[in-house]
Amino acid sequence: MTAFQMILMGLLIICAISVSFSRNLLNSVLIYMSFSLVMSLLWICLESPDLAITEAAVGAGITSVLFFVTLKKIHAINVAGKEQEKDPSAKEALRKQETGE
Amino acid sequence: MSKKKSAEEYHKTFAFHFFRWLKGEKDPYLGNVEMQPQKEYVTDSELLLRQEKEHDAILDKVYDMEHNVELKLFHRLYQVTSILFCLFLMALLFVTISYLPATGAVEKPVNNEVAARYIESGLTETGAVNIVAGMILDYRAFDTLGESHVLFVATITVLIMLRLDKNKKGEPNPLTKEMAPNDRIYEPKNDTILQLVATFLVPIIIIFGIYIILNGHLGPGGGFSGGAVIGAGLILYLNAFGFQKTERFFTEKTYKWICFFSLSFYCLAKSYSFFTGANHLHSIIPKGTPGAILSGGLILPLNIAVGLVVACTMYAFYAMFRKGGF
Amino acid sequence: MGPNLLLNYGEAVAAILFCIGFTNLLLQTNLIKKIIGLNIMDSAIYFFLAQKGYIAGRTAPIVTDGVTSVEAYINPIPSGLVLTGIVVSVSVTALMLSLTIRLYIRYHSLDLDEIAAQLKREGR
Repeated sequence: MTAFQMILMGLLIICAISVSFSRNLLNSVLIYMSFSLVMSLLWICLESPDLAITEAAVGAGITSVLFFVTLKKIHAINVAGKEQEKDPSAKEALRKQETGE
Repeated sequence: MSKKKSAEEYHKTFAFHFFRWLKGEKDPYLGNVEMQPQKEYVTDSELLLRQEKEHDAILDKVYDMEHNVELKLFHRLYQVTSILFCLFLMALLFVTISYLPATGAVEKPVNNEVAARYIESGLTETGAVNIVAGMILDYRAFDTLGESHVLFVATITVLIMLRLDKNKKGEPNPLTKEMAPNDRIYEPKNDTILQLVATFLVPIIIIFGIYIILNGHLGPGGGFSGGAVIGAGLILYLNAFGFQKTERFFTEKTYKWICFFSLSFYCLAKSYSFFTGANHLHSIIPKGTPGAILSGGLILPLNIAVGLVVACTMYAFYAMFRKGGF
Repeated sequence: MGPNLLLNYGEAVAAILFCIGFTNLLLQTNLIKKIIGLNIMDSAIYFFLAQKGYIAGRTAPIVTDGVTSVEAYINPIPSGLVLTGIVVSVSVTALMLSLTIRLYIRYHSLDLDEIAAQLKREGR
């Protein structure tokens, strides 16, 4: 048990809390991805290289990709944050961009 | 010889009263009841509309979060209760953890004779250098078999959920139209940079995955991680080059046959292993010298089978989320 | 309180993560965030198991130089359990995400409260 491990555990807790407080769904999925990466570093510290490889490939890779595809299906990435909705000119530009292509 | 009674006489008999009461023409308390033919029920559309409007108004009032005080109170109470419950759970877990043996200590109930047996005689009994691989694919192979089937069943369920197939006349599913335009936003069709990078990266990723699978009994890795890496490489290839390229080598039929052969090979191999005494007492499969690539008896082929299933499952998940089919 | 809370801080972190995930599951109304909370709970439990198998000063369970004594390696059983668990959690996540997509197609919303309100409105 070293200071490095303590820092990683602190990062884990910060990531887990900030998932629930982030407004944008895309951001929370990205934060979950970094959570998995930190977890895979911790597996190496705990002397389990099998788990580290599996977590890096499965948790940070494929689960996040599945989340991204789901967000695309449910039109969540589309809006690129709710801030643009408040600004009518940006919304109009976005609509033009979508319909023009 | 019967004789017919006159009407007046008949009106005095018990049977007449009884049947009249039975038909409902006379009520014992109300006297004679006037019988009317039943009218056809006419729906009053205005009344119905008004009732619907009232119903909607009630629902609006009930689900109006800003003005309904009771619902607001309930939500507030729910939030407070759940936070309190989680804090209580955390305290309970802390108390439990404080009584557990220290992390990293040797004298723990976890480190019992089972783990000692796996470590001490795992190399001679299974022939695998990686003790974890020897454990999950030899001593506890039934566990892994069940898990491969979990993956298979999950794929089938996702297929049921997301499949968009054509109907009997050959027309596409109406949902396809709704899904399709959103699918290509933010995804240029022929991105040169992505294609060039994928040309270099995909072979390296897939070869690395194959290396992980084949070295599962010699070092860290195995079927699960290697299969996931190969699946990630396939997903990258799909994103760069589109469905037309991947459909040449990976269709629904490919998935079906690969999963079928892998899972049934796993079943047959472990059945043989258990048939010969579960500990390779009379097995004719040699274990080889530990450390060589062709060693470990059945562990290498089982790793390959598991890796194929996992790779196909990961790719199938992605393809079904994207397209609703393979 | 027992004596070992400060020594077992890894397990304590696992407990905190578990509770954060559970709070997410209870309080969030967005389905995607609920699923992420469930995944965090999964990870916390795997972390706890791996902590229990860890023994200080020993190496990973891969036989090096032919040494097969118990004193050289950590406990391999939690590693095997967690390895199967991680892959199963992916398939569970994929299943839940596909259900979410179906719900979105039906109700055009991800908010669980709104879906419940729409259900009530339809009189079911």
